[in-house]
Amino acid sequence: MYAQMVKSEATKDDPEKLSAFQARIDAGDKIEPKDWMPEGYRKTLIRQIGQHAHSEIVGQLPEGNWISRAPSLERKAILLAKVQDEAGHGLYLYCAAETLGVTRDELTEMLLDGRMKYSSIFNYPTLTWADMGAVGWLVDGAAIMNQVPLQRTSYGPYSRAMIRICKEESFHQRQGFDIMMKMCAGTPAQKAMAQDALNRFWYPALMMFGPSDKESVHSEQSMAWKIKMNTNDELRQKFVDQTVPQAEYLGLTVPDESIVWNDDKGGYDFAEPDWSEFYDVISGNGPCNVDRIATRQRAWDEGAWVREGLSARAAKRRADRTAAQ
Amino acid sequence: MTGKAPEWPLWEVFIRGQHGMAHRHVGSLHAADEKTAMLNARDVYTRRSEGVSIWVVEARHIVASAPSDKGPLYEPANSKTYRHPTFFDIPDDVGAM
Repeated sequence: MYAQMVKSEATKDDPEKLSAFQARIDAGDKIEPKDWMPEGYRKTLIRQIGQHAHSEIVGQLPEGNWISRAPSLERKAILLAKVQDEAGHGLYLYCAAETLGVTRDELTEMLLDGRMKYSSIFNYPTLTWADMGAVGWLVDGAAIMNQVPLQRTSYGPYSRAMIRICKEESFHQRQGFDIMMKMCAGTPAQKAMAQDALNRFWYPALMMFGPSDKESVHSEQSMAWKIKMNTNDELRQKFVDQTVPQAEYLGLTVPDESIVWNDDKGGYDFAEPDWSEFYDVISGNGPCNVDRIATRQRAWDEGAWVREGLSARAAKRRADRTAAQ
Repeated sequence: MTGKAPEWPLWEVFIRGQHGMAHRHVGSLHAADEKTAMLNARDVYTRRSEGVSIWVVEARHIVASAPSDKGPLYEPANSKTYRHPTFFDIPDDVGAM
């Protein structure tokens, strides 16, 4: 997902406090920033929310790439609004992470020096306009699968951020599908472009959910704490079941010959993505990893004068006000 | 190179969703001063006309009750059920009251 393979932290707290905490979660209580929480809960959440926030921010780059080249003024305005939303989502999530005692600058530094990750999906390039369709339809579609249940997560600020995000996310997916519909109703060349985008984004989209976590101890702990609501496999299955009929509607072919409806499980059987590619991308060797971080680093460095300038101006105004009193 | 400069302060954002409703906390953001806090609040929290009025307050000015005060602060109210109108039985004959 937007947060993949988040390692949950072991916790060494007082067993009595731990079981009282677990009882609150089991009763559906929300945990708020000033409440007692296990260190492991805090650290795991910082990692997960931070990774989610970074994904929103880095996720602006593949789409930002097409703003200046959108095929019409309307499409340009829509894409600009979508990318602005992603910035907003990143900000909601950074604020949620900060309530856990990490600063915004620390989070940025951890992204830039590689201590924190962002979703593997944003390390793939967006080569044609149809990729804007595929990203909205598949990538935002996959994100929604995970974010909708996370609205019920146990940590109050995270849950509230998710509620805001989910309200806005559906526009993102629909504008992507709308692009795909237009392309698929266009010339054969346009339809081929849409098919090519689906071919390139299908498996990376499946990878967004992360590898199977059937035997993962970390997932078990995170699920008990309600900071992970479903297993990766459940969400991936749901995504495939939802997306295959949509591809059929578009007249496109999902690039997996083994896809077949399975009556017994009430879902599609499908091929797993190439997990060695996933591990390679997440460890820094995807097509765009270097470029993405370099772009973020440049934005951080070149924005320094703005951050300092506004701080200096605010300090001067404060001083002027004090002098006037 | 100036990664060491201090962060902009944190502001809490409150929005009145529509006329007649109270302002409600919607989230927080960082900004250098109250003017930029207001601009950022508009961009971050009202992209879909969510409000007709925005308040921004620097977070350090907010005084909050502690979770551990829950008992002493709110417990005394539990025994004072006579504060609720349903405590009193008024005969139907009296009419609406």
